[in-house]
Amino acid sequence: MLEVNGIKAGYGPVNVLQGISMTIGDGEIVAVLGSNGVGKSTLNNVISGIIKPREGTVRFDTVDITGASPRAVVDAGILQVPEGRRIFPNLSVKENLELGAYRRARERMAVNFERMCTIFPRLRERLGQLAGTLSGGEQQMLAIGRGLMAEPRLLILDEPSLGLSPLMVEEMFNLVQRISQEGLAILLVEQNVVQSLAIASRAYVLEQGRFALEGPSGDMLADPRLRKTYLGL
Amino acid sequence: MWSLVLPAILGGLTTGAIYALVALGLTLIYGVLHIINFAHGSLLMLALYGVYFLYAILGIDPYLALLIVVPVFFVLGYVLQRGVISVFSLGKEQNVLLVTLALAIIIDNLALYFWTSDTRTISLPYAYTMVEIGPAFIPLPRVIAFVAALVAAVILWLIMSRTRLGKAIRAVAIEKRGAELVGIDVDHTYAMCFGIGTACVAAAACLLLPTFYVTPQVGYAFVLVAFTTVVLGGMGSFMGALVSGLLLGVIEALCGLFLGESLGQIGIFLAFILILLFRPSGLFGRRAA
Ligand SMILES: Nc1ncnc2c1ncn2[C@@H]1O[C@H](COP(=O)(O)OP(=O)(O)O)[C@@H](O)[C@H]1O
Ligand SMILES: [Mg+2]
Repeated sequence: MLEVNGIKAGYGPVNVLQGISMTIGDGEIVAVLGSNGVGKSTLNNVISGIIKPREGTVRFDTVDITGASPRAVVDAGILQVPEGRRIFPNLSVKENLELGAYRRARERMAVNFERMCTIFPRLRERLGQLAGTLSGGEQQMLAIGRGLMAEPRLLILDEPSLGLSPLMVEEMFNLVQRISQEGLAILLVEQNVVQSLAIASRAYVLEQGRFALEGPSGDMLADPRLRKTYLGL
Repeated sequence: MWSLVLPAILGGLTTGAIYALVALGLTLIYGVLHIINFAHGSLLMLALYGVYFLYAILGIDPYLALLIVVPVFFVLGYVLQRGVISVFSLGKEQNVLLVTLALAIIIDNLALYFWTSDTRTISLPYAYTMVEIGPAFIPLPRVIAFVAALVAAVILWLIMSRTRLGKAIRAVAIEKRGAELVGIDVDHTYAMCFGIGTACVAAAACLLLPTFYVTPQVGYAFVLVAFTTVVLGGMGSFMGALVSGLLLGVIEALCGLFLGESLGQIGIFLAFILILLFRPSGLFGRRAA
């Protein structure tokens, strides 16, 4: 459903992505792995319309969304849950969720709101609380909930496990797997290689602006280069 | 004694309500766009001329003019932000300050050129109708201004807390990227916000002119007090702007009573200095990090 072709992007004189191509199929979890600063978030932001690529195309359901505005990308059904959560700290948990449906699925807001409270019982207990006062894990749950409120067809998760306790990380990955079973596709951007490969069907490894490795998760886990660089084995 | 002080306090509250209304617009724009709008006073002046000419030429009552001037200035504010300020600031926040300052200079001098520096007033048949409140007699237009300013504050609060636009404005104010990613049009929201802030000033103009005057320089007096109000209330705080606007009106009236009419504003700036010394984040502001 998502088709990224030959994307080059960067900031000023710096080229970060130097020809990235990838696909995501319906209902699939695809992982993009890579260490700090290789350009994972840049890729997400190109897809989301935050950064205009210098070259290449992004297609969603065969519609060209290259260089579209973030709004148009949301309209198309792609929602990004960004690195660092970026929830609205000065708004209540309830208002944060409501704003998730700002452009999409507005007429089903009440139903989806109830659904989020079921998926994230901890948020239900804190609906009136300012989002900025939540713990890190709760904020991540809220950010995902906010994204799901728009009934996305593709959910982009940018390092959802960053800064969470080991127990929360475990819970996070379980959750990602659970929501993908409802049929939406997920682009999971992570540094957490083992747990990401455990739930993703395929993965790409980003190095120096290009995908150095790609393939089914099982093959990747067995790949000696990946084991050496990312798992220290 | 009380028979002197109470009227002064009531009179001060009516002036303070106007201060609050001007400051609400300023604090909204500051709180969301993070810019200090130097053109705020000039827009107030422009709105006062608008109200003046509507009355002088077409005979439209200033309160009726609310229905015209407020929407017109909302649109003007929207267009200024979207078509001028955001364009000429080239995406740099520090430029915005200069652009609004430039706007102020241009508007002020155009006003001077077209309308000269003559002081203009209107005389409404009911301008000297007095309303008796306990021992005090307050001119009817001032009572109207007080009530209307409070109503405007409540409307503003309802917009911000209850509506989809209000939520989007508050979201954009503090988390622009997050707002973009849920599909909020940030530029449109900024412009809406500037439009609402400018509409506040227009409403203030309609309420003010019946008991005041207009010259091309009239904005300065108000905007200086409005800045004080915003800082005193805590930058970006609605409740703060409202309370401190009223408070400054009363302080001014009391200083005027005890020190002489022309020294009333000394109290305002004295309060300003004291606040900056002892509580720089303002009455309702969060402590600076
Ligand atoms: N807004 C920006 N301006 C300039 N350089 C940036 C910006 N954002 C990221 N970079 C640079 O681009 C590179 C890739 O960043 P990023 O996409 O955030 O990597 P990752 O998400 O993989 O950690 C880094 O070297 C980073 O310093
Ligand atoms: Mg990143």
